[in-house]
Amino acid sequence: MTTVWSGKALAEAIEEFAPGSVQGSSGTDVWLKAESISVVCEGLKQRPEFKFDLLNSLTAVDYIDHYEVVYHLTSLPMNASAVLKSRVGMGRTEPSVPSVVSIWRGADYQEREVWDLMGIRFDGHPNHKRIMLWEGFPGHPLRKDYVTYDQSIVTSIPEISKNAGSDE
Amino acid sequence: MTGPKLIDPYGVPPGADPRGALQSITFDLDQTEGDAVNKMKSTHLEPFPDPVLEVPDELERSVIISSVDYLLNWARKSSVFPLQSGLACCSFEMISAAMARFDLARFGMEALRASPRQADLLIVAGTLTWKMAVPLRRLYDQMAEPRWVISMGVCATSGGPYYQSYSVVPGVNHIMPVDVYVPGCPPRPDSLLYGIMQLHDKIRRYSVTGQAAGQV
Repeated sequence: MTTVWSGKALAEAIEEFAPGSVQGSSGTDVWLKAESISVVCEGLKQRPEFKFDLLNSLTAVDYIDHYEVVYHLTSLPMNASAVLKSRVGMGRTEPSVPSVVSIWRGADYQEREVWDLMGIRFDGHPNHKRIMLWEGFPGHPLRKDYVTYDQSIVTSIPEISKNAGSDE
Repeated sequence: MTGPKLIDPYGVPPGADPRGALQSITFDLDQTEGDAVNKMKSTHLEPFPDPVLEVPDELERSVIISSVDYLLNWARKSSVFPLQSGLACCSFEMISAAMARFDLARFGMEALRASPRQADLLIVAGTLTWKMAVPLRRLYDQMAEPRWVISMGVCATSGGPYYQSYSVVPGVNHIMPVDVYVPGCPPRPDSLLYGIMQLHDKIRRYSVTGQAAGQV
């Protein structure tokens, strides 16, 4: 049975080799600062106590007032898994996080998909472009403020902004 | 805090392009493709009229077609070769219709052709996205006349569950004229066979004069 790292234990272990990179932890999740993602991921892959050699999935969530990038990791040698998260684009600014393609090759298409549909920029990605939609498509359709019927972007919808609660 | 050294997995030396090293090689192609898609999306706003053959009522039961028409239409309807172009799950029903259990070959549609030059019938089997609409229109343009189109399934007919989606064509008749619509999600091979037989019936009414058979 795969061991799931608890958020608290993983946060403490990350703080040992990358101090100041953890924002918080809860349940099985660890929230990282966006700028330290590449250092933490490199450590989690290389260090003998983690050996997270597989990136199961890389996805993103739109929480209306910010975005969240989610990394699901698995360590095949240690038979363990972990969840990393990072809040980006606070206040609905254009979000960007460091790319992890140089650490896990499998992140390539997933980062492009997240960029295509959610509009989160991955700095350092070797081929940073849309993967599913065509070049020149207006906007990023999985964002909450994307309006499909007139195929255009509405930057702020009052109803959505009003109902934006603290869902964390 | 500095990150680890970025190793470029493609073997392309990191260039000055901030969008990534490969962009300088591939971006022009993507730009061309995207322009074509955007052009098609912004110009194909209205559906093509369905090519309906109107046979007047008084001629319905007393159709006179010449022997040339009869022979030509018999030959055409007995050897309609479909283009092998499956887009989504409907294509499995199309493949199933061509296999031994349902056996399209009974209707003279022996082979699903792999080249549009050798095909008479385009079965649009599945969801047509705007990105795929450009190649599909090109395939249609490459087919020799006379050519026919069957829209198979609700996705191809109207967008189906993806109606008003940002990426799905709201009906393949926005891209090309459609002769026969086959409803279903996906249609069973029986339905497709029935649609093909309707098409045979339609082909039978063509005339070399360019009008419906029987029209003066």
